[in-house]
Amino acid sequence: MSEARSALPNAKFDGIAHVEDAGLRGMISFRGDLSASKVKAALKAVSGVEMPSQRGCNVTGESGLAWMSPDEILVMVPHAEAAAAVEKLSKALKGQHFMAENVSDARAVFTVAGKHAREVIGKLAPVDMGTFQTGEIRRTRIAQVAAAFWMHGPDAFTVVCFRSGAQYMFDVLSVAAQSGSEVGVY
Amino acid sequence: MSTRLAKGGARIDRSKPVTFSFNGKSLKGFEGDTLASALLANDQMMMGRSFKYHRPRGVVASGAEEPNALMNMGEGSKFEPNQRATTTELFEGLKAGSQNHWPSLEFDVGVVNNALARFLPAGFYYKTFLFPRFAWKHIYEPIVRQSAGLGRAPDKETRDADTYEHFYFFADIVVIGGGLAGLQAAKTAALSGAKVLLMEQDPHWGGRASVDGGELDGAPVADYIAALVAELEGMENVTLRTRMMGAGVYDHGYLLGYERLRDHAPKVAGPRHRLWRIRAGQIITATGAIERPLSFAGNDIPGVMLAGALRDYIADYGVSAGDRVVVVTNNDDAYKTALAVKAVGLDVPVIIDARAAGGGAIADEARAQGIRIENGKAIAKVTGGKRVKSVKICAQAGEGGVLEEIACDAVAMSGGWSPVVHLWSHCGGKLVWDEEHAMFRPDETRPPLGASGEGFVVPAGAANGVMDMGVGLADADHAGRKAVEALGLTPVDVSLPMFDQAAEAPLEPVWMMPQGAGPKLRMKAWLDYQNDVKVSDVQLAAREGYESVEHTKRYTTLGMATDQGKLSNINGLAVLSESLGQAIPDTGTTTFRPPYTPISMGAIGGEARGEVFQPLRRTPMHAWHEAHNATFEPVGQWRRPYAYPRGEESVHEAVNREILATRASLGLLDASTLGKLIVKGPDAGKFLDMLYTNMMSSLKPGKCRYGLMCSENGFLSDDGVVVRLDEETFLCHTTTGGAERIHGHMEEWLQTEWWDWQVYVTNATEQWAQIGVVGPNSRKVLEKLGGVDVSKEALGFMEYTSGKLGGFDARIFRISFAGELSYEIAVPASQGAALWDALFEAGAEYDATPYGTEAMHVMRAEKGFIMIGDETDGTIIPQDLGLHWAISKKKEDFLGKRAQEREFMANPERWQLVGLETVDGSVIPDGAYAVSEGTNANGQRNVEGRVTSTYYSPTLGKGIAMGLLHKGPDRMGETVEFPGTDGKSYSAKVVSAVFYDPEGEKQNV
Repeated sequence: MSEARSALPNAKFDGIAHVEDAGLRGMISFRGDLSASKVKAALKAVSGVEMPSQRGCNVTGESGLAWMSPDEILVMVPHAEAAAAVEKLSKALKGQHFMAENVSDARAVFTVAGKHAREVIGKLAPVDMGTFQTGEIRRTRIAQVAAAFWMHGPDAFTVVCFRSGAQYMFDVLSVAAQSGSEVGVY
Repeated sequence: MSTRLAKGGARIDRSKPVTFSFNGKSLKGFEGDTLASALLANDQMMMGRSFKYHRPRGVVASGAEEPNALMNMGEGSKFEPNQRATTTELFEGLKAGSQNHWPSLEFDVGVVNNALARFLPAGFYYKTFLFPRFAWKHIYEPIVRQSAGLGRAPDKETRDADTYEHFYFFADIVVIGGGLAGLQAAKTAALSGAKVLLMEQDPHWGGRASVDGGELDGAPVADYIAALVAELEGMENVTLRTRMMGAGVYDHGYLLGYERLRDHAPKVAGPRHRLWRIRAGQIITATGAIERPLSFAGNDIPGVMLAGALRDYIADYGVSAGDRVVVVTNNDDAYKTALAVKAVGLDVPVIIDARAAGGGAIADEARAQGIRIENGKAIAKVTGGKRVKSVKICAQAGEGGVLEEIACDAVAMSGGWSPVVHLWSHCGGKLVWDEEHAMFRPDETRPPLGASGEGFVVPAGAANGVMDMGVGLADADHAGRKAVEALGLTPVDVSLPMFDQAAEAPLEPVWMMPQGAGPKLRMKAWLDYQNDVKVSDVQLAAREGYESVEHTKRYTTLGMATDQGKLSNINGLAVLSESLGQAIPDTGTTTFRPPYTPISMGAIGGEARGEVFQPLRRTPMHAWHEAHNATFEPVGQWRRPYAYPRGEESVHEAVNREILATRASLGLLDASTLGKLIVKGPDAGKFLDMLYTNMMSSLKPGKCRYGLMCSENGFLSDDGVVVRLDEETFLCHTTTGGAERIHGHMEEWLQTEWWDWQVYVTNATEQWAQIGVVGPNSRKVLEKLGGVDVSKEALGFMEYTSGKLGGFDARIFRISFAGELSYEIAVPASQGAALWDALFEAGAEYDATPYGTEAMHVMRAEKGFIMIGDETDGTIIPQDLGLHWAISKKKEDFLGKRAQEREFMANPERWQLVGLETVDGSVIPDGAYAVSEGTNANGQRNVEGRVTSTYYSPTLGKGIAMGLLHKGPDRMGETVEFPGTDGKSYSAKVVSAVFYDPEGEKQNV
């Protein structure tokens, strides 16, 4: 079998920010009772991080947890480990009502980084980028498609969308990052 | 002559000349000029022709309210019509042209309309063009379109070369207007700790105060403005933007800011306009005021300008409108213009003051400078054609008997000032009539209300009807405090500068000059310059019975042009009120709607153009399809291959080839777009039993079952194969277009009705690339890849297995939509392209052929399989399609069950699905109706059915179709007529809808 491919391998754009395909990421859509201690423990065991609060995310490297809704958490692990993580969760929570679905390949992941990265996102998502902090996640839209994003470093954002919209997302981020389009408010 | 003065001009840099062109003529201006000021500096007073009468028109204003000086700007892909010269900043190489004339601005044939003016009164369109009816479309409309209208549309072939964008922004307080009031209000708000955005439509801060001057704390106003701006710039919580207009105020503190980034510097890279989509806690409208013209005969002749504008051109651009300027006014403010003209050494032959008692302190100052002042007088008429030559003076109280004619080349008029209440009013802020100043101003007790029921817009300064600078500063501070308090913050005390306000004599409303002007004068007294509406038109409308200001507006077109009546509004409704014999507030205003001035279509569209006009969804194999010459069809936002024509082959030929190759050997279909919903939980079976018409809870793990989903009204909504992956988990396939919709449908029932059922749903559509491996050799190619036993014994029809197929993490479903031995293979999307390649490699010896959606459609029609959207249209129940076998009789309930038992649904007279086979083998046209005897009440042929799917079947070598027919299943063998739109009628025999392999032997091997 050949190597697994992201939707836009090595896509890159440089403008007022740097836009880049971030490759494949292991992602598990987890649904269940997020207040149950067994659930918390199982999620921590696969991700290595604590349960985030509402609209929060805890991400270290490629692993982490991101709050999606009152009964949904996005679990992140390295891409090759996603299937095993689902197994692990299923074992730990056997007999309980939950759902752990591997959605790694349903996604495309990009990074937007640089001094004006906030502005690039702020042109496309109806989010107050002036107050957006590390540790927050927004599940929102970017231009015309569903998307989520968080900060993985100062002035550096990870953007997630559906894989089928990868080209659109890359194109629209590149348009928003075009040279000479600095807003100059952040 | 209008000309550049030897010195002065606060906004221009005389060391930086700029070359531009107007109607092909090369002219010079300076950096900092507007197009209007530069044209005036070149003695180009006449800037366009009017809309209806083609009268020569010059610039009357100096800002956003300008009605006349509209230009065609740029050329080719940068062309844009109707650009206001007064707000267009001059740049090197600017190309402008005047509008609405032929053959030239100076000599225009259309001016004949002017001579015919008495035959073109208000409501002329309605009166003249009503009869005969056919004539409007073929005679009148083409003529009207040729003679009226302003700028020309861009050429069809050109595409806007510029880019645009949106920007989302959030602020506690947004101040619209960067004049003195806006700056002061922003300071109070910012010092109190609010996050403030302050926007100004001009490139400069300070608004009118910088022109009208005066002293604050004993220093020039300009110093105070500069200090305020510097202070605000130094504050972290303040964002300042120039060249950004508050375009519209909407519910919940939503506000549009229109930022013009490159209009003044088109060669610099970057977006041209940016539309700010702002959420504001509180909005302060410090939008200033607009001066009103006076209605006297000839008030539209080039050279007649607003008094404030005339002194703006002197102060800001060092441009004089004429050497001899007559000032005509009903208030003290216009005297400033007289003094400004005098100060640069030009002549003011007379100030005509309509007030019998004349002006206050400033009038004495003018008199002291030797200016002649005529109180209680009026202009009877301005003479001149393309330029003012003289004014004829009369008594304001009379009917226009001329007392004296005074030569001049410019007239500065002022009928008082109207607060810019547009943004206050957009979202429902009410107005109150201020008798003393003869103006509508915001009624602070009735602001636009936010979600909490509290006001969210606060007017400040001149926009609040406070015209004195000192009082205006206090009002602005008050507005800032009010907004701060509304946010729950504590306003800080800000010290205000001292201002010595000169005593002003009160304004006297003058709506017609002279007040007793006869018909001849009224016919030449313009209210709305841009739409050519005169005092006489509004009076005629009143005589003809128009009472509502909204109706009069539409009848006369007053205020309906691109300037939306910024100058004409109050004058027009005052004339209407007088004609109706009622007070102005009883007449009321027309509605103020966003945007404040026109904004570009590009800005509204933002980034959504070209490649990113709309999102296209692509499967993991999309690049392969493109590389193999696929023609695509849109399915939802997906682009799916329709067929893969080779060489000279037509699309139709390609479809036929793909079908024959699949039926003969092996076809491959990219089925990745199919919806894949995972439904899991102890109650999943029970849940699916409610959603599908058939029983799903009885499905064994590892088995597949075709299912139908109906709405609660019983209509067929979606279909697909359900797979039970394990005891608690189902995979529900949906149609391509149905994935998101059915996901939402499931969530809605789970969240609102069956919230206590233990079921979770995830949309896993895009996790999987799915490939249909179809045809007699499909098993062989999978066996060649190896790893999973796909033999008949191991994997029967309608069964599911999973494993490492040729190294891929595969889910294998043995299902068939084409009626052949067939598998659908799902692998994680990241492996999809690789599996697709591997299948072609392994299938080469079987002539593996990619096929598109059309071949898929034809093959399913050959098998009599229905298609959601073809056989269904939202009014079809499964019973109409002969799908009784898929409707459970055992289940107590499912969505749609009760609806399907309604009398009308159970009626045997409903049209039902049958197959149709043309007698001569031709293909029935899409959408054709089956006709029966007789005609209906409208004289149309009666119909008894319609075609739902119709194709040429290469397998059978003839046209086949499915259709809904009255009592169809009972009429096997009958011949039915389908008239086409091509003049032919198609005779078709009613047959079974299953044309190919009715026993299902081919798929079950």
